[in-house]
Amino acid sequence: MTEGCAAPPGGVPLDGVDLSTQSVIQGVVTRAGDHPLAGAYVRLHDASGEFTAEVPTDEDGGFRFYAAPGRWTVRTLAPRTAPVDRVVIAQRGVVADIEVSIPV
Amino acid sequence: MSRESVLVSADWVEQHLDDPAVVLVEVDEDTAAYDKNHIRGAVRLDWKADLQDPVRRDFIDRGQFEALLSARGIGSDDTVVLYGGNNNWFAAYAYWYFTLYGHRDVRLLDGGRKIWELESRELVVETSPRPATQYTASGPDLSIRAFRDEVITAIGVKNLVDVRSPDEFAGRLLAPAHLPQEQSQRGGHIPTALNIPWSKAANDDGTFRSDDDLRTLYADAGVVLATDTIAYCRIGERSAHTWFVLHELLGVQNVKNYDGSWTEYGSLVGVPIAVGDEPGVA
Repeated sequence: MTEGCAAPPGGVPLDGVDLSTQSVIQGVVTRAGDHPLAGAYVRLHDASGEFTAEVPTDEDGGFRFYAAPGRWTVRTLAPRTAPVDRVVIAQRGVVADIEVSIPV
Repeated sequence: MSRESVLVSADWVEQHLDDPAVVLVEVDEDTAAYDKNHIRGAVRLDWKADLQDPVRRDFIDRGQFEALLSARGIGSDDTVVLYGGNNNWFAAYAYWYFTLYGHRDVRLLDGGRKIWELESRELVVETSPRPATQYTASGPDLSIRAFRDEVITAIGVKNLVDVRSPDEFAGRLLAPAHLPQEQSQRGGHIPTALNIPWSKAANDDGTFRSDDDLRTLYADAGVVLATDTIAYCRIGERSAHTWFVLHELLGVQNVKNYDGSWTEYGSLVGVPIAVGDEPGVA
């Protein structure tokens, strides 16, 4: 358990986290659906569109959020491209996996 | 106070990479970020390992601050430009800290590490240690730091600005959503606090919005800036970001950051807490 608020690349690992109490949204960002994209910025917005959290992707393009149950929008920022939005539903005890493909 | 004296652009930083009077300082909780790469010439400060007392929950004191900056080669007369990840949260926290200890010329890189990366500017791996200095601090200036008793007496009297996300304010989340939701303290907010998330002061790329936009943001939310204001979040770094907006960009002088924030307040015995999306009553 980290004491601070910093977002490590890829997000906080699932190791040791009681998933039955969590509503996890995670995924992988790729460039053109192929190459994992490290160093993209993934932003989580709530159902009203309000920003909630952000993590940079890790070396494998991965990211992870610990959300609350409900409807969320995942917005991905990467160099030389417009933001890409994906809608995802989070549920307690369920890991929602998504893939985000950034245009070349 | 002009924006240029507290905030610099990425272009400005590139033009001053070799300026001996300018010291770039990266501030992250995640020290791996600096180790991976950083802006050329930048030195590192770790907000926890360097800036917190190793035993008590408190700041390092003035003498420790002087020793730290001397060892990192930062001079009292240097222009210190802070930047970091997390939309400059911890850089803003360090900015507040440098101000508390009286540093004369400290600025933030607008957009922080994120805009530097998104614009594909140069990052290097090699470090550039600086020769030691004899740093002299003043203070601490407690006119910009709020403590818990002051916060409790401010309920219904001063502006309390909770800068966490709406779900944290309401008590639906106990931490920012990039962290597991397992905290010991209670959920909710300080009664009468207005919820103005730090993120509303920033663009997606991490840069600050215009002064006019920022004034409108707080006015529309019902913050009367002529009244004393205390900003808080979970551990005091996102509220340092909002303190920077109010005190440094907008020039409001009666603003304090409550760095104990929700991890302290939400663990206190017997204090009032409001849950849900409304501020609640005193």
